[in-house]
Amino acid sequence: MPELNYSGAVNAALRRCLEEIPETLLYGEDVAKPGGVHGVTRRLWKDFGDRVFDTPISESAILGSAIGAAMLGRRPIVEIMWADFFLVALDQMVNQAANVRYISEGRLTAPLVVRTQQGNSPGACAQHSQNLEALFTHTPGLRVAMPSTPQDAFDVMVSAVYSDDPVVVIDNRTLYFGDKQEVVTDAAPAPIGGSHLRRTGAAATVVTWGAITHQVLAAVDRLAGEGMRVTVLETPWLNPFDHDALHKSLAGTGGRLAVVHEANTTGGFGGEVIVRALEAGVLSGRPLRIGTEDSRIPATPELAAALIPGADRIFTELKQFLTR
Amino acid sequence: MTTDRLTADLRAMWRIRAFEEKIQALHKNGDVRGSVHLCIGQEAGPVGACDALGEPDALFATYRGHGWAIGRGTPLRPLFAELLGRATGVNGGRGGSAHFSAPEYGFYGEDSIVGGGVSHAVGAALAGKHDGTGRLAMAVFGDGAMNQGAVHEAMNFAAVFGLPVLFLCENNRYSELTPIRDMVRNEQLTDRATALGMPATRIDGNDPAVVRETVADLADAAREGGGPAFVELTTQRLVGHYIGDVQQYRTKEELAADGLVEPIAIATAKLAESGVDTGAIEREVRDEVETAARQALADPAADVSKVKEHLYA
Repeated sequence: MPELNYSGAVNAALRRCLEEIPETLLYGEDVAKPGGVHGVTRRLWKDFGDRVFDTPISESAILGSAIGAAMLGRRPIVEIMWADFFLVALDQMVNQAANVRYISEGRLTAPLVVRTQQGNSPGACAQHSQNLEALFTHTPGLRVAMPSTPQDAFDVMVSAVYSDDPVVVIDNRTLYFGDKQEVVTDAAPAPIGGSHLRRTGAAATVVTWGAITHQVLAAVDRLAGEGMRVTVLETPWLNPFDHDALHKSLAGTGGRLAVVHEANTTGGFGGEVIVRALEAGVLSGRPLRIGTEDSRIPATPELAAALIPGADRIFTELKQFLTR
Repeated sequence: MTTDRLTADLRAMWRIRAFEEKIQALHKNGDVRGSVHLCIGQEAGPVGACDALGEPDALFATYRGHGWAIGRGTPLRPLFAELLGRATGVNGGRGGSAHFSAPEYGFYGEDSIVGGGVSHAVGAALAGKHDGTGRLAMAVFGDGAMNQGAVHEAMNFAAVFGLPVLFLCENNRYSELTPIRDMVRNEQLTDRATALGMPATRIDGNDPAVVRETVADLADAAREGGGPAFVELTTQRLVGHYIGDVQQYRTKEELAADGLVEPIAIATAKLAESGVDTGAIEREVRDEVETAARQALADPAADVSKVKEHLYA
C-alpha cells in the first residue's frame, strides 16, 4: 500500500484512471509539461502521450470541449486551475454540462470530471480565495465532491471518473502537501456518494467537508478533553449528499446539529443541510452554522484569519453551542 | 449546376421553409407554445453544407437550428412532436424549439446561449482524434456569436491543436435585433479567423451549390490534417428574431429587397427558366410537412410522470 500525500493520491488516482479507462483525457492550463501549478498532475503526460495536454488559458473552451468530447464517448478530466476561474466560464457548467442528459431525455450524456481547488491560503488574493461549492450544489445535473484526506482524494477521483454524470471535484490547495498516509489504490471503484464518521460522541453531530474538516477535528478533540464529545460526520460528497447518515447520526446525538464550512455563511450549503434535517423532523433545538464571514477576502493573512473560521473559533462556538 | 441538383436543392430548401411556416401556424393557434426562432430565408446553408458530413461527423447548431436538424436528415414528425410537447419528440418534449438534438443523425444539438455550443464541436473533433474515427465537427452560429468570447476561445483551441472543425457563421446581418455592422469596427468577420491562423472565406450563403462546394473542399482539407477553417455565409432572415418580433428595426424596403435574393426565390427563378414545375415541388413538400405535423399532433403528450427522470445517470 503506497504512502501518499494528498497531491500524490490525486496523481495516483488520475494515473489509475488513465490506465484503466482508455477513453480518459486529462487537460487544462499547465497540467502536462509543467505538471500543474501545484504539481498534482506531474509526469502523467510522459506516460500517456497526447491524452494529457496543456491548453490555452481559455476556461470556456476547456470546459466546452470536454462536454463535446464527453458527448462523443470520451471521459475527459479537465482542470480549472482555481475555482475562482470557473466564473469566467460558468455557462459551460450550468447551462451546458448540467443540461446535456436531462434535455436530451438521456440520449446524450456528458461524463466529464472537472478538477479544481479553492479556498484561502496565507496571502492569497480576493480572486483566489473563494469557496464556491454552493454554486454547483445549487445546479441540478452536476455532482460535487470536496475531499480532505489522501484516501478520499483518491477514492473520490476514481469514483468521479467512473461516474456517468458531470462531476466537480474541489480540492483545497492547503491539503496538497500534507502528511503522507497509506492509501488503498487498488479497490474496486465505488459508486459516488457516502460519508465518514470521523469522531463519535453523543452531545451533537457536527457536519463538515473539505479542508476545514481538519480544523473541526482539532476543535472537537479539545472539546473532548473538556468532557464534551461530539460526532463529526465528514461528507466529502455534497451531491449526492448522505442525508441518511446524517439522520442516523442525529438520532444518536439528540437531534443537535452544527455545520462547519469554509464558504461564507449566507447561501452556503450548510443552510441546506440544516433545513433538510429540519424538514425531516430529525433536528432538535437551535442548530449552529459556522462559516466565513460574509465578506470579501483580504490578502493580508492576519486580516483573512479574522474572517475565516479556524480551530479556535470553531472550538469556542461549538462550546457555547453545547453549553447553552 | 445541373437542373437535377438544383431541383433536389429546391425541394430540400422547401422542406425546411414549409416546416418553419407550419410552425408559425401551429404557434399562432397555440399548439406550439413559447419562444421559437425561425430560419426562414437561410435554408441554403444547411442544404449545401450538410452534404459534406458523413456518418461519424458531428454537427452543432444554435437555437435557429431547425434547418440544420432537417439538413442532417432528422425526420420531420419527431421534430414537430418536440415542438408540440409530445412523448415522441426527439427529446421527449424536454428540449423544445431551441434544443433539438438527434445524435442518431449526427445532430448534436441546438444551443440557446449565443456561442455556447461552439466549443462542443471542438470537443467532438478532439474525441475523433482519439477514437480513431477522425471525425469532422461542424459548428454553426450567427454573426452575433462572433462577439462572444467563448467563440474565440473555441476557435483558437481548435486552431492550436489542428482539430478538424469547420466554423460556419451564418451572417444574416442581425445579431438578434441589432445590425452586426453597428457592433463591429471591422466588418470583415473572416479577419478574426485568419488572425487565429485558419483559412477563412466569405461566400454567398444563398446558393446551395456554392455552399456545398466550399464546405466540401474545406472539409476535405480539415480531414487531411489541415486543421479548422472558417466560412461566413452571407444570408438574410426573412422573419423576426423570434416569432412575434415585429422588426421595428427593419424597413419594408429592406425586407422586400431580401425577398428578391433569398435562396428559394433564386432557385425557383432559375428552374422556371429550365421549365421545371417548381409549384409542384412546393405542393409535394407542403403535403409531406402537413402529414408529419398531423401525425405529430396525434402523438401522445409527454409523460408528466417521467419529468424527474434523466437528471442523473
